[in-house]
Amino acid sequence: IFSKASSSLEDLGESSSETDEDEQPIRRQEGGTDLSPEYWGIQKLAKYIKGGDPTATLIALCSMRDLNLSQEVCQLAIKDTGCLEVLINLLDTEEIKCQTGSLKILKEISQNALIRHAIADLGGLEIMVKILDSPDTDLKCLAAETIANVARFKRARKTVRQHGGIKRLVELLESISVESSSQAEDTETARCGALALWSCSKSTKNKKAIRKAGGIPLLARWLKCSHTNILIPIVGTLQECASEPSYRLAIRTEGMIEDLVKNLSSEHEELQMHCASAIFKCAEDEETRDLVRKHEGLQPLSALLDKSENKQLLAAVTGAIWKCAISRENVLKFQEYKTIETLVTLLTDQPEEVLINVIGALAECCQEQENRGAIRRCGGIAPIVKLLTETNHALLVNVNKAVGGCAMEPENMLIIDSLDGVRLLWSLLKNPNPDVQASAAWALCPCVENAKNSGEMVRSLVGGLELIVNLLKSKDKEVLTSVCAAIANIAKDQENLAVMTDHGVVPLLSKLANTNNNKLRRHLAEAIAHCCMWGSNRVAFGETKAVAPLVRYLKAKDPLVHRATALALYQLSEDPNNCVIMHENGVVKV
Amino acid sequence: AAMSRKGVKLLVDSLTRSAKHFNKSEVECLVNLFDTLVARASSQFAGAGFDRTVFRDTLHSAFGMTDDVVLDRVFSTFDRGNNGCITVVEWVEGLAVLLRGTLEEKMKYCFAVYDLNGDGYISREEMFQMLKNSLLIQPADEEPDEGIKDLVEIALKKMDYDHDGKLSFEDFEKAVRDEKLLLEAFGPCLPDIK
Repeated sequence: IFSKASSSLEDLGESSSETDEDEQPIRRQEGGTDLSPEYWGIQKLAKYIKGGDPTATLIALCSMRDLNLSQEVCQLAIKDTGCLEVLINLLDTEEIKCQTGSLKILKEISQNALIRHAIADLGGLEIMVKILDSPDTDLKCLAAETIANVARFKRARKTVRQHGGIKRLVELLESISVESSSQAEDTETARCGALALWSCSKSTKNKKAIRKAGGIPLLARWLKCSHTNILIPIVGTLQECASEPSYRLAIRTEGMIEDLVKNLSSEHEELQMHCASAIFKCAEDEETRDLVRKHEGLQPLSALLDKSENKQLLAAVTGAIWKCAISRENVLKFQEYKTIETLVTLLTDQPEEVLINVIGALAECCQEQENRGAIRRCGGIAPIVKLLTETNHALLVNVNKAVGGCAMEPENMLIIDSLDGVRLLWSLLKNPNPDVQASAAWALCPCVENAKNSGEMVRSLVGGLELIVNLLKSKDKEVLTSVCAAIANIAKDQENLAVMTDHGVVPLLSKLANTNNNKLRRHLAEAIAHCCMWGSNRVAFGETKAVAPLVRYLKAKDPLVHRATALALYQLSEDPNNCVIMHENGVVKV
Repeated sequence: AAMSRKGVKLLVDSLTRSAKHFNKSEVECLVNLFDTLVARASSQFAGAGFDRTVFRDTLHSAFGMTDDVVLDRVFSTFDRGNNGCITVVEWVEGLAVLLRGTLEEKMKYCFAVYDLNGDGYISREEMFQMLKNSLLIQPADEEPDEGIKDLVEIALKKMDYDHDGKLSFEDFEKAVRDEKLLLEAFGPCLPDIK
């Protein structure tokens, strides 16, 4: 019926979190069956490691480091010659120099996914965790850094935890005082320990283990250090763990928001990104949103929008701004910094990840009337409407919200309508995702209310009324609620109400009446109230048994429900049969 | 001949200064140990010092150093007077490097140990000498010496920066600064931390 324009924007989405390599990585078929020269070189050296005394072993190990260990050919050769096993066996001896020499190699080659899996398979992780107990600092650092590399897949992280690795890493960091980290040795130990912890923290059970081992006050302490290369993994860990409510609570109560805000002004973009990410996750909570404002974090966030070439940073910052904008006081602050205007410039030519957040932020800012006008004045309406043709569900949900927010101003509505915005929104009612459907329906409410010639506009959408009435058959509560709200608005136009009645809106509404969900009850009652005003709908509602349940709504505690229900009952009472039913159900008493 | 109390005190003071890494009471202990060792040794040197055998036994029992070739060389580095006798000064100053030397001092010491003929270079032949027992498991199809010769070549390739087929002190120093693990490349000659 109406065409759903296919998305013309390419999917530039970058994922900021590492893709997890849970399955065994597949080895690329190398051309040719000849063994590489690297293979022979390594095999020769492996001979001395396997069969030599520590002196010979060390010479061979040191020599091996001169080979280009970052090349895959070399890395695979170490595995294929059986040298990897030998290296791991060396770790199990008490020869500190040999352990050190071996780890220096393992640290390099564990950058390769195949090697990582092999190291884990050969039991290397358990040994490295044991080495964390060694008195030799260099050795501990190497072990920690190698663990950080290997733990990039789930099974490895589990192994580290099961062998007491999390505990030891936390203890490692506890054993150094933040102040003394001016000593090079201590700085290095802290850096490596933090890297390992960060790597491990990507698993949910490890996040819990870190917390149980006393990791949270530890992270709070290290958050105050001034070395960027320690701060990055520390904030990285915090940001990773901030998906857990217990961490978010601690971040708030242990005063970490202040430190995170402070580091937004760092010179290092990676650090800024992780701080913004942490704030993004924590700002789900109102108290955190207030804390960000109190510690003057909103201004640096807004300023960071200028760093638009760094997409990962931009995604984190826009995300933080989005969530902070849920609080009205923060929106007022953003107004001061002209954040809205800057956000509008980011509506085009940005990867999906950024767009979702930008649009989410603008949607929240529409809470304030001032901003709805500001968006229009800087030409924001058109790009927002254009985004209605996107396909990403999360993005669409936010776009719908933004369109709905803008549509609250009649002047904006003119533009939206001229750009075919209502038709595009209506199309989204056909989207398979219920969140998209619901958000579209919610957005349609202000559209219908504020459009010029609203009734005609709705009628012009071929099959549109039938579509929306049929959505009353959905199983999703939010869809039902939003559709009722939309129908309540549409029904204010008599002609459209007639059409909807023909499509069976009355029995469909009545079927929904038996619900305990107050939000649904409220909008359903409103819809019923407005749908009464046509033909014999009042009677029909009575016949389809909508009246009795409505009376029960009056027992709810929610005043909004009462108001809507009263309105509905008032309308329904114009039919004498309905009055009887109401009386039978004790409406006067209620 | 035993020294007078004043003589001992002067000696301890002087040694504390020259050896740099020990404090006075540590020097005293070492001097006392020296006296014990001298008493044990033959009276060949009339109490001025002790000989190679006593030295080797002491280092063996104190530090677990067992390689005879190495121990011989260590003795030679201690014995700066080159008279086959370790005096108290040579003893304390030698131990200072062994136990607490800076990286520079240790590098010089190790190089001296490995430079078997003292000509300022570690040659292929010398490396062969030191590594000849390092290959415990020989592949059956190989000449026993081939393995060691190859190892010598590997070591040279790693450490011979000026490509003259032998290791000067500059070569050795550069290699160790680049990779500290190579300090005792040709055999343990420093006491174990444990």
